[in-house]
Amino acid sequence: MQLSSGTGFGPKASGGSTFSGLDQYVLALTDPAFTTSILRVIILGVIQVPLMLALALSLALLLDARRTIGKRSFNLIYFMPYAIPGVVSALMWAFLVQPSLSPFTSIAKALGFTLDMTTPFAIPFTIGNMITWGFTGYNMIIMYSALKALPAEVLEAATIDGAGPWRTAWAIKVPLIRPAVVMASVFSIIGTIQLYTEPAILRNSAPNVDPTFSPVMAVYAAVMSNDFNGAAARSVILALVTLVLSFGFLKYQQRRGGAF
Amino acid sequence: MTMAALYFLIPIWWFVVASTKNNGDLFSTNAFWFSELHFFDNFRDLLTRQDGIFFRWMGNSFLYSIVGAVVSTAVSALAGYALAKYEFRGREAVFNTVLGATLMPIMLLTVPLYLLFSKIGIINTPWAVMIPLLISPFGIYLARIYAATIPDELLEAGRVDGAGELRIFLSIGMKIMGPALVTIFLLQFVGTWANYFLPMMMVSSPELQPLSVGIVTWQQTMVTGAAVPTNIVIFAAFISVLPLIALFLTMQRYWKAGLTAGGIK
Repeated sequence: MQLSSGTGFGPKASGGSTFSGLDQYVLALTDPAFTTSILRVIILGVIQVPLMLALALSLALLLDARRTIGKRSFNLIYFMPYAIPGVVSALMWAFLVQPSLSPFTSIAKALGFTLDMTTPFAIPFTIGNMITWGFTGYNMIIMYSALKALPAEVLEAATIDGAGPWRTAWAIKVPLIRPAVVMASVFSIIGTIQLYTEPAILRNSAPNVDPTFSPVMAVYAAVMSNDFNGAAARSVILALVTLVLSFGFLKYQQRRGGAF
Repeated sequence: MTMAALYFLIPIWWFVVASTKNNGDLFSTNAFWFSELHFFDNFRDLLTRQDGIFFRWMGNSFLYSIVGAVVSTAVSALAGYALAKYEFRGREAVFNTVLGATLMPIMLLTVPLYLLFSKIGIINTPWAVMIPLLISPFGIYLARIYAATIPDELLEAGRVDGAGELRIFLSIGMKIMGPALVTIFLLQFVGTWANYFLPMMMVSSPELQPLSVGIVTWQQTMVTGAAVPTNIVIFAAFISVLPLIALFLTMQRYWKAGLTAGGIK
């Protein structure tokens, strides 16, 4: 290599280092554990994020439409999981699915079938459930406050034109709060790519969780084995993936929004 | 709606019930109902276990969260107000950088920060946990949205009356942004309290760790042997949430006001 250290590029080991070009990136991208982990969270996100946002949107619309009492309590209950730190809810779910302790496992047993939420097959679903449980309320609040801010005239106009509550919700409210939904989606996409806490903590009571289940776990594993350069390269790749996906999603939505 | 409420509530209910049990009852009695209450026994265990390190962790959590939230709220208020109310060269560029930074999760910056901090020798000190928290791009972004709602006429009126820019910011800007700033403070406080990955990377000494990291080290002992009893881990996790619950319940009005303020003209 022509470039040496002092250029500010490249890793700098104690004995002086050289600019190693893209070697670290090639290494990272040919590491099956790392590429699999990226693929894994993308698949997880493609399934989990739309489900969570659909649930959040439905709850926000229901809360917005309801005239009865209990609105405040429902609002509070839905938001409660978000008030619990991710670590604690991950710990809680780790215990809730731990076969020796899980109430769900014992209920299933009483009903005559076996349920183990820590098998390799079940793990992605368990983790998807942990995320959905933790973040639906937050997304709902974003959408709900957008709904609250809609101008009353527009909704009145819809009612005068004879639109029922369903029609109003689907044809007026949802398109109008699209920016909030798009924002919630972008944050969810980013959140999924940087998934760490849930699988890492679940692993302590469910050894079936792959030690490099998520890309951040793979980065952490590299740091723990003192492969700092590899960890840095993996971080950069992950940052690029995040940027591409979140900006890509935004651009796609903008284009669709322009066609409306 | 009730189904959804049950989905969110049942795990929390289990958690509350489980935190009152001793380790034997935890594994043998009805998971969704109380058996003998061992709340105070468990509490006594926390007080004495490893010389009461749990409360040390709690103190650390308070320290990191309060410092991080106060400073980053102040920075957000100043930066958001400046970005919304002053014309200056490169304003768009600065704002786009902030916007880009909100999309860049701290998770991914943690490893580079770790390398940087170990170069300057502040790994395993409180600074390594707090410095990354002092600026919050999302806080700046929110503050800018709220600052944009301050009518320019009001600021002009202040200028006509001879108030300096700082005075205008403090007595008009801050007042109107007030509820929004409480929201930013809350989000930052809760975010720091809940933060796990950053402090886990940055501090390895148990006496510097916040609650989130400390409790997980207890959970890990269940795998490594020399176990901290499961009921104590659950109880500790439960206690660690109480300050946040208290904060949310008492300040509910503020964060709601703040969350909706951006949308109202």
